Amino acid sequence: MSSVLYDAPGAKARARHRIFGVISVVVIAAIIGFVVWRFAETGQFSAAKWQIFTFARVQQTLLQATGATLSAFGVAAVGSLALGLFLAVGRLSDRPWVSTPFHWFTELFRAIPVLILMMLLYYGLPPALGVKWPPYTAVVVALILYNGSVLAEVFRAGIEALPKGQREAGMAIGLRKSQVMASILLPQAVRSMLPVIISQLVVTLKDTALGFIVTYNEILFQAKFFGSQVQYGTPIIPSSIVAGVLYVGMCLILSGLAKLAERQLRRSQRVAGPRRGAPALSAAQGAADKI
Amino acid sequence: MGTLLNNLDIFTIGFRNTVILFLVSGFFSLILGTLVGAMRVSPIPALRTFGTLYVNVVRNTPLTLVMFFFAFGYPKLGLPEIDFTVSAIVALSIYTATYVAEVLRAGINTVPVGQAEAARAIGLPFTQTLTLIVLPQAFRSVLPPLFSVLIALLKNTTVAAGFSVTEAGAIRAYLAERGEPALVVLLWVAFFFVILVLILAQLQRYFEKKWKVAR
Repeated sequence: MSSVLYDAPGAKARARHRIFGVISVVVIAAIIGFVVWRFAETGQFSAAKWQIFTFARVQQTLLQATGATLSAFGVAAVGSLALGLFLAVGRLSDRPWVSTPFHWFTELFRAIPVLILMMLLYYGLPPALGVKWPPYTAVVVALILYNGSVLAEVFRAGIEALPKGQREAGMAIGLRKSQVMASILLPQAVRSMLPVIISQLVVTLKDTALGFIVTYNEILFQAKFFGSQVQYGTPIIPSSIVAGVLYVGMCLILSGLAKLAERQLRRSQRVAGPRRGAPALSAAQGAADKI
Repeated sequence: MGTLLNNLDIFTIGFRNTVILFLVSGFFSLILGTLVGAMRVSPIPALRTFGTLYVNVVRNTPLTLVMFFFAFGYPKLGLPEIDFTVSAIVALSIYTATYVAEVLRAGINTVPVGQAEAARAIGLPFTQTLTLIVLPQAFRSVLPPLFSVLIALLKNTTVAAGFSVTEAGAIRAYLAERGEPALVVLLWVAFFFVILVLILAQLQRYFEKKWKVAR
């Protein structure tokens, strides 16, 4: 795709590219080398700093924290998919008194930062209502509200990108509006938007890390705890490396699923997908929403 | 209303710092993102590989963890000391740059092939093809997604509240000490965020109209 930006290199260009290549490798290696050197110099690779992670108890706790992250993610993912479908269908209603409130709801919850939502649900609401709930509830509900609203827009975009004939054909054979939506439009929209939907789920997974700030006992929370153990030399960098590996690993698995889904979709011809000409831009839009 | 008016000082400081965080890291992430985006389409394999690696790793890391590293890990490296605000700006820029890079790369694909071909036909090299012909057009066509990235950046600045930066997300903690009801405080914070997002959306509409390309 990028080859259109430059000519096939000739002998001179190839030599020049080789020189640039060598220079850039040297520069990048220097940057990485500097970071590694600082790590080594301050003893981040020393056995003493990693010792804490060799204990079975610590490993179990980390595994439990991973479980906590995954459990918040799982519930939030299912919840936001359900809320997203509900909001999208409501927003697409023909009656303005139905679609307007749905429109406002999605716009509102897309505009409020997830962290503020979590704080609202954890510090704000419980005292006002005179109840008490664990940070888990706040994390999950905030993630559902935010990602549900984002997914609603994704579903809506998918439905509106379908050829008009799909809806008209459904109407022509006498289906009701709800039947057209449920058995014709939604299945196609979900399939064509599957990569975007899964990427949004990756965002949900990443956002569970915000639970750290509202004291939810997840990976980062434990990483901070182990990282500040003075008797093990405050291994904060080793523990952020451990947390990083866990998060990147989980997200890469999910992203891998997104790529797989995309390839499956490209192979099957039955999906109408977005209109011609739109794909590149909608891909750009999709890239932007996944944040 | 009393909660807001009695604590206007904290609200002003908080949102002023949020806007500063947003503007500074927005500036750096646009520059870094453009650079990485250009690396990913460049003819030099080493740069392409590095760009792809950077984007894939950072995009799959939670922003909270990136900030965690810069706030708690960096001081342990014995490098020049930076305060929490600077470390938040660094983390936000590094994180947001990957999204800018991805959006730009998708935008480069929306520029008709003939544009780059014409540029090559008159003998422009890669850098000039990119900077004079393709990127200016790509920037215009990716304006809406680029603004989505900026809006996300604005919302992401709240994460810095968890790392000792006095910005909008931290207002609650300060006002809790003054005994203000958290719900009211947070609703005001949320309200101002909605306003800020609306302003950005207006700005997007303005630029879209101004830079509209006839195709």
